[in-house]
Amino acid sequence: MKLDPRVPTGPIQDKWDKHRFDLKLVNPANKRRFEIIVVGSGLAGGSAAASLGELGYHVKCFCYQDSARRAHSIAAQGGINAAKNYQNDGDSIWRLFYDTVKGGDFRSREANVYRLAQVSVNIIDQCVAQGVPFAREYGGLLDNRSFGGAQVSRTFYARGQTGQQLLLGTYQALSRQVAAGAVEMYPRTEMLDLVVIDGRARGIVTRDMVSGEIRSWVADAVVLATGGYSNVFFLSTNAKGCNATAIWRAHRRGALFANPCFTQIHPTCIPQHGDYQSKLTLMSESLRNDGRIWVPAKAGDTRAADQIPEAERDYYLERRYPAFGNLVPRDIASRAAKTVCDEGHGIGHGGRGVYLDFADAIERLGRDAIEAKYGNLFEMYERITGEDPYTVPMRIYPAPHYTMGGLWVDYNLMSTIDGLYVIGEANFSDHGANRLGASALMQGLADGYFVLPYTIGDYLSRHMGEEPISADHAGFKSVEDEVEGRIQRLLSIDGRRTVDSLHRELGHICLDLCGMSRTQAGLEKAIGDIAALRDEYWQNLKLVGTNEELNQSLEKAGRVADYFELAELMCRDAIDRQESCGTHFREEYQTPEGEALRNDEDYTHVSAWEYRGEGEEPVLHKEPLEFENVPPSQRSYK
Amino acid sequence: MRLTLHIWRQRSSRERGRFETYRLDEASPDMSFLEMLDVLNEQLTERGEDPVAFEHDCREGICGSCGLMINGKAHGPEKGTATCQLHMRKFRDGDAIRIEPWRAKAFPVLKDLVVDRTPFDKIIQAGGFISVNTGSAPEANLVPVPRNTAERAMDAAECIGCGACVAQCPNGAAQLFTAAKVSHLALLPQGQPERWQRVQKMVEEMESYFGSCTNFAECEAACPKEISIEFIARMNRDFLKSQFRGS
Ligand SMILES: Cc1cc2nc3c(=O)[nH]c(=O)nc-3n(C[C@H](O)[C@H](O)[C@H](O)COP(=O)(O)OP(=O)(O)OC[C@H]3O[C@@H](n4cnc5c(N)ncnc54)[C@H](O)[C@@H]3O)c2cc1C
Ligand code: FES
Repeated sequence: MKLDPRVPTGPIQDKWDKHRFDLKLVNPANKRRFEIIVVGSGLAGGSAAASLGELGYHVKCFCYQDSARRAHSIAAQGGINAAKNYQNDGDSIWRLFYDTVKGGDFRSREANVYRLAQVSVNIIDQCVAQGVPFAREYGGLLDNRSFGGAQVSRTFYARGQTGQQLLLGTYQALSRQVAAGAVEMYPRTEMLDLVVIDGRARGIVTRDMVSGEIRSWVADAVVLATGGYSNVFFLSTNAKGCNATAIWRAHRRGALFANPCFTQIHPTCIPQHGDYQSKLTLMSESLRNDGRIWVPAKAGDTRAADQIPEAERDYYLERRYPAFGNLVPRDIASRAAKTVCDEGHGIGHGGRGVYLDFADAIERLGRDAIEAKYGNLFEMYERITGEDPYTVPMRIYPAPHYTMGGLWVDYNLMSTIDGLYVIGEANFSDHGANRLGASALMQGLADGYFVLPYTIGDYLSRHMGEEPISADHAGFKSVEDEVEGRIQRLLSIDGRRTVDSLHRELGHICLDLCGMSRTQAGLEKAIGDIAALRDEYWQNLKLVGTNEELNQSLEKAGRVADYFELAELMCRDAIDRQESCGTHFREEYQTPEGEALRNDEDYTHVSAWEYRGEGEEPVLHKEPLEFENVPPSQRSYK
Repeated sequence: MRLTLHIWRQRSSRERGRFETYRLDEASPDMSFLEMLDVLNEQLTERGEDPVAFEHDCREGICGSCGLMINGKAHGPEKGTATCQLHMRKFRDGDAIRIEPWRAKAFPVLKDLVVDRTPFDKIIQAGGFISVNTGSAPEANLVPVPRNTAERAMDAAECIGCGACVAQCPNGAAQLFTAAKVSHLALLPQGQPERWQRVQKMVEEMESYFGSCTNFAECEAACPKEISIEFIARMNRDFLKSQFRGS
């Protein structure tokens, strides 16, 4: 199989314009004849479904929550980037492009990233027109802040609820199309498989999460916008229902999975407090602007924070990175926290935590100023931990947060299955080996509002006037049978362990051995451990109830079954990539100072894995990456 | 912590429900309320009993999925806090806790503590949007919006659509939810062209599902985002004005 990224020729600034002109169009009367399935109603899926509906296509949109408005995009706090240069501080499309390629540690596709930076400005226009109440300055114009270590202020925000407000904008646009009859919305409906007929994606099979009904849906094209797979780690900042089932099933049907080992662990989350913990809560990265991170200098020091004198504290980020200090990028901050905890300096439950201390900032700026900036975050922290961060330093620890890996897509956002498009966090596209803060919201909306609606027309125009197929086609029936068979198999195991207990254990393996720092030996061990646990899963799982009812354990069980397979691929990919880049840190490949050491000669490529069947080794395909505009350099934050 | 839990169990919307009593000895003050239910569910599953179905997703107080009547209060005893953000340290060792689904005619129970809130989506579909197609938006800074106006719009826009307002209201009214969306859009310059027709359509749709508001103001007290009932007055004014303006 040859991977063709279909990147248009010509200078990078002109590629997208030229490509849009070259794409074939579907005339308005014909759009009505096409049926498009969009799975997911987050920023990516919601914006795509609404825009396609506006264009005149027939759209069916699915989500697993009870309403499209609850997709996990809603939880994003910090903001969304756009190259508006409203602050006159030297920002530009080129700079956003440059920062994103560099931030991704030179493992993303330049042409995609440039387009993302280009359309970022349209996103803000669109959202404002929809009524998104972004923060404003006194003159009434839009406010910005600098975020995630960027040197310019290009982040637009709505209090600490940017994701919520953007998603509600999308949901409103979607609701308008539902009312107009252009989009049919199917909440509480989970996609459990993809149907591929004659090499083309022709529909999906779903389970009605209230009645248990298994059903087929036919379409001319299928769009997956199902989000990321951080929940493979069990504990993450993702919502409990986030899952990889849609993309994993598509992978098994022929879509290559790209860079599965590129997963981001966010440095500022509230640490785990007990073994019953169900998820981890993110504390906005902006806290690092004023908080100072430290641990006791003496390993095993159990004194309370206020009993530890200044001289016996180690401000390890300030010590190791004098230039950037507490503001080093996410991957570096996370890894450093793990290192000091591994060395026995960690604080709190299980020694897995570091202090984020506001005492100096409060003394310098006053409590009121800190309250004005971070009041709601401090409140949230106190609600969860019962501690007052104005008087006791916060405790934080890194947590799985975002997955750069995902299904491989070309410049048109089409996977290796004809007619299967993948957008938002579910694809692998724009962030390389590390995503910058406030860039995921931008990518989801770019894909859904401004890229997919153009590129999908080109594909559909080539299938005009073909005989429609029906859900009675044998191709659908056989997938339905497989789906039902899998559910029955899960329900009939009748073992002794709950889904959560097994998922938790899988998460431990992944975080320990394929998390912030990885080694060949550890990853090989992980693959063995995962396989053993997976065997136990299929022999010792206990589910109560039937398929024909609302059955939340059954929902989880299907998702976790897929996580087992994905976890193994993640480890394989991490073994194969014998370099350190972005969030992927292999201990064998580091500089003498302990920083990530890339190997551009051998690994300037996307690793795209092909599924070869149960028990078979997956096959690796490589898409070489070229950097014509941003020459690779070593990141340095010293 | 040792707890006695009285939980509403109902197999489906077609069957009748009842309270069941469970003992839980393994709760800890640091647990969230939903984690406490997770622990119960693990035990039930191990015993071969059907775990309690309850809605949840983000567990960060923002998606609006969760929502339980806890001792007769929507989202429980802590002000401005969704169920998923409520922690067991707000309860005492030995407490008995009564846990029920949202009770409202418009929100039928699907199973145990899970209800159907589809009418909320219908209200938004009736007009809770600004009609602007993708690509047709003008430059974002063309229309300045006074900071206070944007902040006020944001106060309303924070609604998470959980339904606590309806559940707490003795009439099962959805005024606070509807008013939050009406006001969010009516406050902004971008929302003006459709302002009068929007409020009419949304209120009409609301009335076809929900009871009437008689100013108990219990909704405001139950709202996890503490959305003010001033928005209801605002919506009522707009609704009245819209009658004179035609559509
Ligand atoms: C706590 C948190 C804070 C964040 N903060 C920021 C930030 O400040 N800035 C930023 O840029 N990014 C941030 N991110 C990242 C960003 O929010 C996400 O990457 C982005 O919102 C993902 O959007 P999406 O549309 O791809 O997926 P999602 O919003 O996750 O939507 C997925 C959709 O797919 C549906 N779905 C999934 N599986 C199935 C299935 N099998 N069947 C049917 N439907 C299915 C779901 O119901 C949902 O509708 C944050 C992420 C988290 C977790
Ligand atoms: S689970 Fe999302 S608000 Fe409670």
